[in-house]
Amino acid sequence: MAEIKLERVTKRFAGDTVAVNELDLDIEDGEFMVLVGPSGCGKTTALRMIAGLESVSEGEVRIGDKVVNDVPPKDRDIAMVFQNYALYPHMTVYDNMAFGLKLAKTEKGEIDERVQKAAQVLGLREFLDRKPRALSGGQRQRVAMGRAIVREPQAFLMDEPLSNLDAKLRVQMRSEIGRIQHDLEVTTVYVTHDQVEAMTMGDRVCVMKKGELQQVGTPTELFEKPVSLFVAGFIGSPSMNFFSSKLEESNGGYRLKLADHDIAIGDKTLSERPALKQYAGKEVIVGIRPQDFEDAEIASDAPKDARIKAKMDLVEAIGTETLVHFVVDAPVAMTDDMKELAADAGTDPQTFEERSKEGRNEFVATIDPRSKVKERSEAELVIDTNRFHFFDVETSQGIHGESNNHE
Amino acid sequence: MNKGFKTPAHAIGFYTVVLIFAFLTLFPLLWVLKMSLVSDTELFASPPTFWPESVTLKSLTAGKCPLVGGIKFPCPENFQTVFIDPIFRAGLANTLVIAGITTIICLTIGSMAAYALARIEFFARRPVLSLVLAISFFPAVAIIAPLFLQFQKAGLINTYWAVIIPDVLFALPLTVYLLVAYFRELPEDLEDAAKVDGANIWQAFFRVTVPLSIPGIVTTGLLTFIYAWNEFLFANTLTLDQQAQPATVVIPQFATTYTTDYGAQAAAALVLTLPLVILVLFFQRKIVSGLTAGATKG
Repeated sequence: MAEIKLERVTKRFAGDTVAVNELDLDIEDGEFMVLVGPSGCGKTTALRMIAGLESVSEGEVRIGDKVVNDVPPKDRDIAMVFQNYALYPHMTVYDNMAFGLKLAKTEKGEIDERVQKAAQVLGLREFLDRKPRALSGGQRQRVAMGRAIVREPQAFLMDEPLSNLDAKLRVQMRSEIGRIQHDLEVTTVYVTHDQVEAMTMGDRVCVMKKGELQQVGTPTELFEKPVSLFVAGFIGSPSMNFFSSKLEESNGGYRLKLADHDIAIGDKTLSERPALKQYAGKEVIVGIRPQDFEDAEIASDAPKDARIKAKMDLVEAIGTETLVHFVVDAPVAMTDDMKELAADAGTDPQTFEERSKEGRNEFVATIDPRSKVKERSEAELVIDTNRFHFFDVETSQGIHGESNNHE
Repeated sequence: MNKGFKTPAHAIGFYTVVLIFAFLTLFPLLWVLKMSLVSDTELFASPPTFWPESVTLKSLTAGKCPLVGGIKFPCPENFQTVFIDPIFRAGLANTLVIAGITTIICLTIGSMAAYALARIEFFARRPVLSLVLAISFFPAVAIIAPLFLQFQKAGLINTYWAVIIPDVLFALPLTVYLLVAYFRELPEDLEDAAKVDGANIWQAFFRVTVPLSIPGIVTTGLLTFIYAWNEFLFANTLTLDQQAQPATVVIPQFATTYTTDYGAQAAAALVLTLPLVILVLFFQRKIVSGLTAGATKG
């Protein structure tokens, strides 16, 4: 068991590509840290540097209190679970799990004990004599986990271990990995591009973009107080809705415009974000989480200046909640973060920008499943005006307290 | 019966081409077989006979052929000539030793060199690979004379090494090139997994990479072995007598100043070819693809 520290860690590949740029990260002993970000954000490279499979260009990687920059992977006492499992195809399940222990010249009885125990925990006892090719995807994944567990290493490193499983199995393994990690209390670094995995599994989550650290925090912190537009848009499902608006001050309160609706900002937002005052009269990017909408029929006591009307393009009732998609005539400033998010969502940034300029900003809201809104008909929605998020148009940084003031 | 042919015409066309190809390939071998069986009179008959007509069998006497031991059995005359010839028997043994050692050296050096070239990214990787390939195109005749002088000074003439060294030099580039291709196809994650599991580079190589490359190594080894087995040029120049001469060099010696025993030469050629055919047929079953199935996501 050990803590892992990255200090200004940089990885440069040939041709000056910077995969990871001055990454600072403290992972506490026994912590489950998730690295998340869109593909190409450097999360896997960061993990491979911790494993020692990738050299560190600059900065220091520490495991325990030892700088391991020049320590080969075999001497780092870590175990890794690969995206494609990387099971040794010529060995049985038993030998796959025992391989590391055999290399470490562990005593035979001890090896057998540990392998049997791990097989028990993972439900692999009856498969010990099989070769990996005779196993299903889920079973292979378990063997990969087992291979990591039996080593009793200082840290687990996992590189998108669930991305090859089907949805149902993924949810099941998600909780299983979480449980195992919790029982063993082994420091774990877990890489994923799936923000749901990140939020459900991580004690803390580290969001990365283009090789740079964006924010580290508990899932709640990331969700409630994203430091940047990118984090706000990346974390949460469905993702946050954004639009640009001028922040108007009137009668000591602040208002903003969403399409042709005049919306009053809740008092709580203001007290939580003192820095917002400096943006009076200026344009800001506003974010609303889908969860902060409600059908006006259900939240009928909401004031008039917290309501918007829109035509529902698509209504998806999924039982626990209802997703409604609608278009709002509100442009959004195309910052770098916006473009990155659009790309991650699979939208061409240019298309996204054009759509936004034409005033076709697509919003998603999750509302109460009892709602009676209909597709292709007008509906009134209520916004929780105390839960707005604000971002600087220039820097994409979140507007929070004084410390976030970039002016 | 329908093996994916659209119409019977397709099938007929396919098999016709296959038969023609098989006939063209096998004809020289079959002709040599015929030559080895018939009498001298038939051998020189004009017009030549197509099917062997005068197969002469002689009883191979006990003890004369160590391969057969004490049993007496009928054997075509030419084969008997070949089997009881001590120089040819020594030649076969020499061939086996030379081809075997060449293969072992090539695989040992070649696999390690190939592993390095396949896995280590360094600036000269591509030039080195090109150079390796270029060397295999080098005309052997061009270096024979200097090699003879060098080996003479080193006292290597008429030893196994006189043949093994040039054989290795010429077989190694292909060995390296083929193995680089094989190693590159192996998922690198497997070696990474081994390293994280606590293996040093040798352990990762010998316990993960090599076992998974068996089909590639067998194929490459077989090609090297066949090359060295059939090699004539170096052996003919750099060996002098039965102490080191391989069978390929011995075969033309079934001749006197005035006559050439073509029948015996044909028989000897067949005897020399047969082990290769058996070897290839045997290993064909070992060269199974899909050995890596199950390593990664499937």
